Parts: sequence; C-alpha cells; structure tokens
Amino acid sequence: MENSSDTFKTNVAHALADVELQKALQNVKRGFVVKREAAKAKLPEFDKLRDEARAVKDHTLSHLDLYLEAYERKVTESGGVVHFAETAADARAIVLELCRELGAKLVTKGKSMISEEIGLNAHLEASGIEVVETDLGEYIVQIRGETPSHIIAPVIHLNKEDIAQDFRRVHKQFATARKLNQVQDLVAEARAVLREKFLKADIGITGANLLIAETGSSVIVTNEGNGDLTSTLPRAHIVVASIEKVVPTLEDADTILRLLARSGTGQEITTYTTFVTGPRRDSDPDGPVAYHVVLLDNGRSEMLGGVFADMLRCIRCGACLNHCPVYGAIGGHAYGSVYPGPMGAVMTPALVGIDHARDLPHASSFCGRCEQVCPMEIPLPDLMRAWRERDFTRGNPPRRERLLLKAWAFAAKRPRLYHALANRLVPLLAWLARGSGSIGRLPFGKAWTRTRDFPAPEGKTFHTLYAEKERSQRR
Amino acid sequence: MTSAPEPSKQGPLVGLLVTCLVDLFRPNVAFAAIKLLEAGGARVEVPRAQTCCGQPAYNSGDRADAVSIARQVVQTFERFDYVVAPSGSCAGMVKVHYPRLLADDPDFADRAEALASKTFELTSFLVDVLGLTHVDASYRGSVTYHDSCSSLRELQVRDAPRRLLASVDGLTLVELAESEVCCGFGGTFSVKYPDISGAILDAKLRNILATGASCVLAGDLGCLMHIAGRLARERAGIEARHVAEVLAGMTEVPAIAAPRQMR
Amino acid sequence: MSARDEARASGLARIRVALGVTEDDAYRQAAVAERLERHPRGTIPARARKAPEECVALLTDMLTKQGADVSRVATKQDAVGAIASYLGSSGLPPRLRMGADPVLAALPWRDAWDIERRFGRAEPTDKASLSRALVAAAETGTLFLVSGADNPTTLNFLPEAHMVLINASDILGSYEEAWDRLRAVYGEATLPRTVNMISGPSRTADIEQTLVRGAHGPRRLHVLILG
Repeated sequence: MENSSDTFKTNVAHALADVELQKALQNVKRGFVVKREAAKAKLPEFDKLRDEARAVKDHTLSHLDLYLEAYERKVTESGGVVHFAETAADARAIVLELCRELGAKLVTKGKSMISEEIGLNAHLEASGIEVVETDLGEYIVQIRGETPSHIIAPVIHLNKEDIAQDFRRVHKQFATARKLNQVQDLVAEARAVLREKFLKADIGITGANLLIAETGSSVIVTNEGNGDLTSTLPRAHIVVASIEKVVPTLEDADTILRLLARSGTGQEITTYTTFVTGPRRDSDPDGPVAYHVVLLDNGRSEMLGGVFADMLRCIRCGACLNHCPVYGAIGGHAYGSVYPGPMGAVMTPALVGIDHARDLPHASSFCGRCEQVCPMEIPLPDLMRAWRERDFTRGNPPRRERLLLKAWAFAAKRPRLYHALANRLVPLLAWLARGSGSIGRLPFGKAWTRTRDFPAPEGKTFHTLYAEKERSQRR
Repeated sequence: MTSAPEPSKQGPLVGLLVTCLVDLFRPNVAFAAIKLLEAGGARVEVPRAQTCCGQPAYNSGDRADAVSIARQVVQTFERFDYVVAPSGSCAGMVKVHYPRLLADDPDFADRAEALASKTFELTSFLVDVLGLTHVDASYRGSVTYHDSCSSLRELQVRDAPRRLLASVDGLTLVELAESEVCCGFGGTFSVKYPDISGAILDAKLRNILATGASCVLAGDLGCLMHIAGRLARERAGIEARHVAEVLAGMTEVPAIAAPRQMR
Repeated sequence: MSARDEARASGLARIRVALGVTEDDAYRQAAVAERLERHPRGTIPARARKAPEECVALLTDMLTKQGADVSRVATKQDAVGAIASYLGSSGLPPRLRMGADPVLAALPWRDAWDIERRFGRAEPTDKASLSRALVAAAETGTLFLVSGADNPTTLNFLPEAHMVLINASDILGSYEEAWDRLRAVYGEATLPRTVNMISGPSRTADIEQTLVRGAHGPRRLHVLILG
C-alpha cells in the first residue's frame, strides 16, 4: 500500500483538528484498556505465559529455516501448496497468478494485515477481479476507500453516523428510508450484503495469526466468523502470511493463544479460533478443493539477523496501540503506514526505509507502556531508539536540531564550560519571565511555548547556590 | 546555617545526581533532597563535575555522545556508596540504560553495572534503602501525585512517594485517574512534537483538575515543567511542585511557574 | 528448477544467512525434530486443571458469559426434547441440518418425529444446525468441532442458530488435553481439514466497540451437555 509516513507532521495536525476522530478515539481507552486489565487479572499465570511465549518465538526464530521446511512438508503432505515470496510484488504476483489459474471473478477476504502490507486488493482489482473484504471493519474501510486505522479494530476512527452514511451511499439495493441509527442495524445490513458475496465467491483469501509446523496448519482468530466463511465456502483458499508467523507445535500455539485475545480485545479467547490444514479431504462434504499458502519475507529475514529481530515476535494483538498515548492522541491514519502505533513505529521503517518514516520512531515519549503490555515482551522503546540511532547516523535530523544537540553535548562533556554557560542562561531566562513565574513566548523555543508556558528558573543554578552556601558555612 | 541534624559519621556516603533541570530551574529540589537524605542518616556530597545524564543525546539517536557522557558520570559518581537523583528518568538512565550503553566498553562495562546497582530515585532510596517511614513536614491542603513513566515502569517506584506523603502532617493525597498514563513530556519529544505532547497533556490536565486538589506533585522536574507550564497558561489555579519540596517542608519558594513575590 | 523452487531456496537461504547457520547443522535439526515430536506443554492455567465435574461447571459458566445458551441433559431422550423445545421457543421452523455423526444418529429421534432432519453440508436456507463437539476445553468455554462427513464445517457458520451437543465426559480442562484427544483420533501431527474452536455465538465490536451478536456466523449458539 501507499505510505505517507513522510508527511507525519501534517497528518498529525489534521488528526488533532478532527473533532469526530478525537471523539472516536475515546472508545479505545474505554474499551480495550479496561478489558485487557480485567482479562489479565483473571489469569494469574499471565506473566509466566508471556515469558514462555517469548521463549517459544525466540526458539522458533533461531530455527526459522528448519521450522518453515517442516511446516511446508506438512502442508504438502495434506495436499496444499506453499509459495515463498521475497517481496510484496512477488506475493501479489503469486496470488494474482493463482486467481487466474483458478478462474476467479470474485474473491472474498478475511482480515489480513499482510494483504494490506502488500497492497493486494488494488492489485487484484486492477486485473478485473472483484475483491470483497468481509471483516465488518475492513469492509467499511474498503467502501470508504480508506486503510484500517488500527490493526485489530480497523474503524476505531469512525462513529456509527459516519458508517450509516457510507452504507446509504453504497447499498443502493435497500430502501432509502430504512433505519440505520443503531449499531445493530449496521451489522445486520452488512451481514445481508456480505452473505451473498460469501456464497458467490470463487476464492477466499485469509491471513494467518499462526502457522503450525507440527501439522502444517494455518490459524486464524476472529469473532465474526467471516474468516471461516471465507476459508470454507469458495473452491479455493489462499493464505497470505509472513514467515515469522510459524510456531513449532499445537502446544506452542496454545501458549500464544492464551495471550493474544486477552492482550488485544481483552477477551478470554476470540469466538472462533480455526485451524485449517490443507484442502478438503475426500470424504469431506464441504471445504475448498485447493489450498495455497503464500509466505512473505518482505525484509523480515534481514530483520532476523539484526537488532530488530525482537520485533519478529509480534503477534499483532494491538495492545501497544491501545495503550500508547501518542496513538490515543492522533489515531492510526496519521502514521501513514499499514502498521501504526509503537509496533508500527518499529515495523514501518523496516518496510519502507527509515528515510521515509523517520518521524515514526521519534514520535514517542518513551513512556514504556507499550513494552509493559506487550504479550511478547518486545522492547519497543529500545527498538524505536535503535531506529533513531540509524536515523542520526544517516544524518537525517534537520541541521538545526543536529547543531543544537552537538553544541549541547560539547558543553555537557565539559563541566566547567557547562556551568559557566548555565550561569549566563539562567539569569537571562529569569529576566525574560520578569517575575511572572513563567514565560509565555520563548524566543528560539516556540516549540515549547506554543502549547504551554515555560517555567522561569528560580534565579541561580543549584551549583552556584550550593557553592555560595558552602562558602558561607566555612566562614 | 541548616537546621538539619548533624548527619551521622557512619551513614552511607551519597553522591547527589542533581540533574540538569533541577540545577537550572529548581535548586530548591536539590536542597530539599539533601535535607531529606541527611534526615535519613546519609552523608551527602554534590560533585561539581556533573552536568547531565545524557538522555537528550541518547534519545535523539546520538549514541556516541551518550556514551561519552555516561562514562563521565560513571567516573564522577563511582566513589560513592550510593547515587541518588531527585528524578526517576535520570536515575533510570543510570540504572537501566548505562549498563547497556557501556556493555561493549571493556573499561566501563563492569563499572557501569556497579554504578547502576547503587543508583536510586530519591523517594525509593529514602524508603527502601534508608528505611525512612516518616518525614518531619506539614502541608495544608489536598495534593495529587503524578507518577513519571520512568519511575513507574523503569524503576517500579510507586509506593515510596505515597508512603512518605502519608506521613506529612495535614496533607491529603487524592489519587489521579489513569495515573499510569504518560503526561506527554518525554524530553525532546515535547519540543519535537509539541502538538502531540500538548494533546496528551490535555488528558492529564483533565484528570488533575478532576481530583480537586490544589497542588500536583511529581518526582520528575521534566513532567512538572510541562504540566506547570500548561497550568500557568490556563491560569488553572493549581500549583505544581516536586514531591521532595513538600516532604522536606520546603514550600516557601513559589510553586513551579507560579508568580514570584518581589523581594 | 521452477520459479517456485527458486523462490523457496533463496527464501530459506536468506534466513540462514541472517542466522549465520548452515543447512546441514545436525544439532539444530535434532533440536527441531525433538520439539516437533515431543510437543512439550507450556504452563497450563490452574483454572484448567480441575476435576471433571468442575470442568463442566466452568465450561458452562464461560460459554454463558460469552453469550451462548447452555443446558445440561441427563439422557438422550432429554437431549432430543431440549432440541425440539429450543427450536420451538426460538421461533425456528422444526428443521435441522446435521451430519452423519454416530452419536447424534443414535439419539432417539422418533421422540421428535415432527423435526425434519436434513443431512450433509449446510445450505444457505438452513435456519438451524446440529453438530457434535469432539471435545471441549473448559478453561475458556471452548468447543472443538472437527470437519468431516460427521460434522461438516458449514454447519458451524451458515445457519442462524447452531446447536452443539457434547458428552459431559468429553469436557476436559485445557487446550492441551483437547489436542491429545485429537491426536488419539487422527494420529500424531495430523489434523482434519478444519478444527474450529468455538467459544460463543458470532459477534462483532468493530463499530464504536459496541458488542453485537450475529455478525456473519450464527446469532445463537446453544450447547447441550449430555450426561
């Protein structure tokens, strides 16, 4: 998909000025945060499971080549086909080729962040294939021509009135006078519209929350059941998943599943957790006859060998977004990336390059709440800082910022000089405040004073006062 | 002359990490810290060779300068029994980040670890190391307490300031809703992204106002300058102070960003 | 070499380069083979380690909280009675879609002569279906339904009302116990085409975080615990 992370600051200004968005963002706090806390409280083993889940992923990642081979072997055994894709373009091409081979006119899709990452819909549509998102949130995003603003709650940025308007615009088959003011009305209408699509679809495309090497299964977790209708009704099922989704065994999946929903939506488990293994068997009365898995690399193997390897443990639960004060202030679209929030601030530069996403890892107060709630114990602030270091090394920060930092560091490394400068600066600031206690407009510091006053210093530095006091005591 | 009791000759020797913000803007906090440490039986020294812990460089991606500053702090402070900072974020920098920054430096790796193990945030040092349970101070009115993210999450300091505040005569503590949420300061973040920083602060301010407290306390001057600056801008009529000032009974200095009385 | 084989080889090679390993490292291969074969368990929550009767209670409680209706029936006659009265009280026509499951086939259907049973995969017009869960994990109120002629997967998702019968003796504590039961049926490292872990009726909270039941799958899930 298109990335607009390089216009982050403009995006932020729009987001903060968007009254409706700001209203909608309150739902994140009221919902996910409270529910996660309650779900965690009900599972005393939660933190122990985090340690274990982390160990599962670390073990898997350090043997990733072998687990992928094992996984592929089992998929093949069960009658499926695995395709490796190095880049987003490769993955798109493979899926399109499969759609052509299978003569697909209509494709239904379960929610998949990987398909967002590779911009799959637009690619298939350009070849005349109708693609319909079936997760309610994704469907709404699709008919609005937008992208999801949250990795597990795509329309968290919208209110029901926005959605009713879209449904009236797009669903011309229904009476214009119909009632659409309740959430239930909207859900019922989407159900009716999408049910037809499910039944007509030639191919169903889903993502995968996990891949199981032991059995060759792909796992999806949903609440709506759309993923299951997508993977069961059409004549072919294509899974698009990234390489780091594999775990060794069903037991390893259990450990992660115990954390996934609790961390994300705050549910004990999602309504549906589905393990799919290959196409339908000879005696099966339903299910697709063809099953393909497209395994996407897209820069992940490069991450594997470096400082960002920890990020590959991510299970896309969304907890870091839900608990991020920056995400809570600006929403997901401002990030300009498929992946917003703290996990997006680490993932996006890996996908599009730090030069095109330098604001994302910088726009964090490093409050550390993301790391605290991450079920996979990913040190997100440290990884954002690692991006800042690369950014700095590449000379990306604006010249003024770099000069200021270098000048400050020069002084900070020379205590005598530092104290001499401090003794000049402090009285100057005190003078600027003119006894009012704070400075309303700071010359050269407008970035501070545009949103708050600048507190005046007491008058002298501590070191000066302390030296004066020591001298007077000695006398 | 100071009214503090003569510190015990046997008490542990504490090096005070003043922090750059306290040095520049709020010396009263460091004097309050010294008073509290001495009341707890420690001997306090303030090395003059200190400037800053290096966070501005570290968090801006300037690792080389962060490393040099970290080495300088290690050299300056390693001779003390303990190092104490009236700040969760600076203490956290030394305690959590220095060992990582200097891990590959053969001359400094062990020394950074050693320094980390004896560095503390002020209130947690008073309670957890010196065993202080009570301070000799009084404060009339209700206050609320803002946990800085670094105190709360990097250092797991939550109870210590509250326990000491509970012993202040006349003081009522009203807890802040969403106390675990950031105030939006974030060091250089506050000037690189002032609008986001300000939007996060809005939510914090709403919660502060909702407590009805007449004063907001915190253990980090960064958060306090950010919060107090907005309180002053809005003329909210709520004071902002460092927790050490109240614990030491040193509230005669005007609150942060509050108008000065002309002397 | 086909394009697919080339992509596979280069994909695996990139990973090996990143990890700094070679293809033929016997030690690593043994570690992987061992884990796949032994499939060691992680921590199983205390709530899942309970006596059978407590598991039934926990499953009932969890499913109820997650929006399902649960009834306990002592006998097969009672099961059929409960099915009939559920259809009646829910305003559903007396028609059921079901598979060839022998446990379900063995129910005394003549007691419910007015219920028309249709067999095979679900059709879009089906209003109600009946499946049997092979096993359940009480820890989160989760039923395990497996695909096949006995219980076609479409039954779990297409109709508006889904009824699931489970023998009380098949209600276990944890997911891990459920997998071991599946391994006993299907063999090691083998699963049927679809295993659906179902923990309530279909729902969505995508819009304003408002919970609505019956998003795309069944609006109602009725669970009958037999025995």
